[in-house]
Amino acid sequence: MRGHLPACEIQVPATLADALATLAAEPRVWTPIAGGTDLMVVYNAGHLKATRFLDLSRLSELRGIVEDATSLNFGSLATFTDLRECRAVHQHFPNLVKSARVTGALAIQNRGTLGGNIANASPAADTPPSLLAYGAELELVSIRGRRRVPYDRFHLGYKQMDLQPDELVARILVPKPVGRSFHYFRKVGTRQAQAISKTCLAAYARIEDGCVAELRIGLGSVAPAPVRARHAEAAVLGQPLAALSIAAAREALLGDMSPIDDIRATAHYRSVVTQNLLRQMLRELVNT
Amino acid sequence: MAEHITLALTVNGQACSVQVHPFARLLDVLREDLRLTGTKEGCGEGECGVCTILLDGRIVNSCLVPAVQAQGSVVVTVEGLAEDGRLSNLQDAFLTHNGAQCGFCTPGMLIAATDLLNRCPHPGEGEVREGLAGNLCRCTGYVKIVDAVQAASGKGATR
Repeated sequence: MRGHLPACEIQVPATLADALATLAAEPRVWTPIAGGTDLMVVYNAGHLKATRFLDLSRLSELRGIVEDATSLNFGSLATFTDLRECRAVHQHFPNLVKSARVTGALAIQNRGTLGGNIANASPAADTPPSLLAYGAELELVSIRGRRRVPYDRFHLGYKQMDLQPDELVARILVPKPVGRSFHYFRKVGTRQAQAISKTCLAAYARIEDGCVAELRIGLGSVAPAPVRARHAEAAVLGQPLAALSIAAAREALLGDMSPIDDIRATAHYRSVVTQNLLRQMLRELVNT
Repeated sequence: MAEHITLALTVNGQACSVQVHPFARLLDVLREDLRLTGTKEGCGEGECGVCTILLDGRIVNSCLVPAVQAQGSVVVTVEGLAEDGRLSNLQDAFLTHNGAQCGFCTPGMLIAATDLLNRCPHPGEGEVREGLAGNLCRCTGYVKIVDAVQAASGKGATR
């Protein structure tokens, strides 16, 4: 049943320029909303302090998935369903399709956006590990102009981002894999749909002359924000597939995680299961 | 601050206009302002799927849609599935196969399954289960619901 709704003010800008002007004129006053699948949960529970909202959902400048020779360029309003329905995403970024498929269920996927998944900054979000694995870059926009930030430097801590109060995440640029590539994604939740992850691991690797020439691993739900597993990567990078030490990589992975106990899992569980995902990933890599 | 907005939308084929709080949940607009109580409220946080409706042809959790984002949209609720008093093929199949027990999840199930059959006229069991993965049922164990959807497949969700 409907509860008390505090008076609130909504702006529905017709253009990106209007939205950015509003953010610049009154920084920290306006809370952006896109698909609303995270924000409305908090709002409905009466826990949202914000009363002024900037509705981005009608901004055509933030839509679309554009392919060029070397990358895919996602508008931040691209929904999880858009990702699932885009042939080029299936072709080049299977991990992103898998991430989108396990984000909530269809009704959430139809509304939730890639940009929202990033800017909501939940450590448990499902697309960030894949974006980290693929070496994504963010294009941020404000009335001052545009700037690019490597995604693996965007999250600075729990819900802290390299995002100024007048900026929006406009586009997400993901370079297409070249050569012999390997993709792995696995999320561990209580059930296959509609679960918030206990841990999540995404990896992208390129094999050259029997060696691991390129490797990026993204982790979810094991740190205050989505993180790269740089220690584990370093333990494997450059190694010949025939002589990979999975045990060394598992050990190194401990340096990449700072898991906590919460209602979904214990820190110990997250730590062990993430190591197991790494082992599974590396076994698949060796057998490719 | 603006207390209310005029929300104009098309619900089950009829143009509607209501004065609502801009962040009123579309669920409440449908149930309380438009008195379409077929759509139910469950968890209120997008987990259970009982408030599922079609918004511009896509299923959404109506508890997570603020009214302001439904401006100008086309909505179909469970009340819009039967035409001229005749149940849709899918609704018939739910009756025949006992796809409803307490019935509380049924409006959301019917909408999600209608969407599935529109996109995928001959779904396999796995596709039905994925299509309905966002809709919880605590009575049936899902088997009879999956049976009903597959029985309706090929006939189309609507007549």
